[in-house]
Amino acid sequence: MSRWLSSTWPWYIAGPIIGLFVPALLLVGNKVFGISGNLSHMCSALLPRKPEFLRYNWRDVGLWNLVFLAGILIGGFLAAHIGQPHDVAISPETRAALTRLGLHDFSGFAPHEIFSWSALLTLRGFVSIVIGGFLVGFGTAYAGGCTSGHAISGLANFQLPSLIAVIGFFAGGLAATYFILPYVIGAR
Amino acid sequence: MTNNSLPDLPGCGVSTPPERPPHPAYLAVYLLLGIAFGVVLSRSEVLSWYRIQEMFRFQSFRMYGIIGSAIATAAVSIALIKAAGARSVAGDPIQIPARILGRGISYAAGGTIFGLGWALTGACPGPLFALIGNGVSVMILTVLSALAGTVTYSLLRPRLPN
Repeated sequence: MSRWLSSTWPWYIAGPIIGLFVPALLLVGNKVFGISGNLSHMCSALLPRKPEFLRYNWRDVGLWNLVFLAGILIGGFLAAHIGQPHDVAISPETRAALTRLGLHDFSGFAPHEIFSWSALLTLRGFVSIVIGGFLVGFGTAYAGGCTSGHAISGLANFQLPSLIAVIGFFAGGLAATYFILPYVIGAR
Repeated sequence: MTNNSLPDLPGCGVSTPPERPPHPAYLAVYLLLGIAFGVVLSRSEVLSWYRIQEMFRFQSFRMYGIIGSAIATAAVSIALIKAAGARSVAGDPIQIPARILGRGISYAAGGTIFGLGWALTGACPGPLFALIGNGVSVMILTVLSALAGTVTYSLLRPRLPN
């Protein structure tokens, strides 16, 4: 059991398990699986003066989801302490492409050369950590969802708005991968 | 706020109105489900920046297999729930609120902006928190920046096309 818990799961195990969170949340409390609403709930809870978009009862609407989110953080912590850490076994092509862009260290879930406190004030660190985060928050609020709410819950319920959003996710992701990251990662 | 004004609610994580504050026993269930999801995000490696790069570079089937089989599993589950007319544990009929399409601009533009951020950070909102749990502490700044992005959107919202 603990060996299984510490290994990398194949896609055909991981995907269906992720999908089962949709019926689990519906059956427990009629809740729709979707994480990014929590960013709004946090803003609604923390801001003293709020624009209209954030003026709602975050406890009634979002407390369940904030608790779910706290669980995700704890789950990540537990996962890090089960078994031995190991590198992410990415394809040789991806590794070669990223090496050409200037990455050397492939340990961890995210490259230390970009996602570390010491890289924060480099161009690549700042763009990835700070600008990237801002775009995640702005974009999910504008689109009304993220990978979980639109790509999984929305597409599984055959909602056209979610299909449009997911096409947008990929358009943006491809643009950043091919037109922004090469300049950002290559810079110091 | 009436039921017709659903799009005013933050979309990712909207749930069926009318809303009631959750019972503490349910919160414990959501916490346990969240913990399980955090472990799944870690062991599936979907929280990894490298996996996201692999996906956007079309150099591995893995992420497509995970997302595709997750959607398929969720779709079959939703169809079964609808066919059975299942109720939640609390006894409410299960409903998934429809999203209002409008001109679709918010989905296309917001989706593209999120996509840029997804590739740059290598993480969507769930994985951001799972990464902090995994010890990538600098992601705390990414979350704070995402909150700033959400506030900025909510300030600009009256002037943005839908």
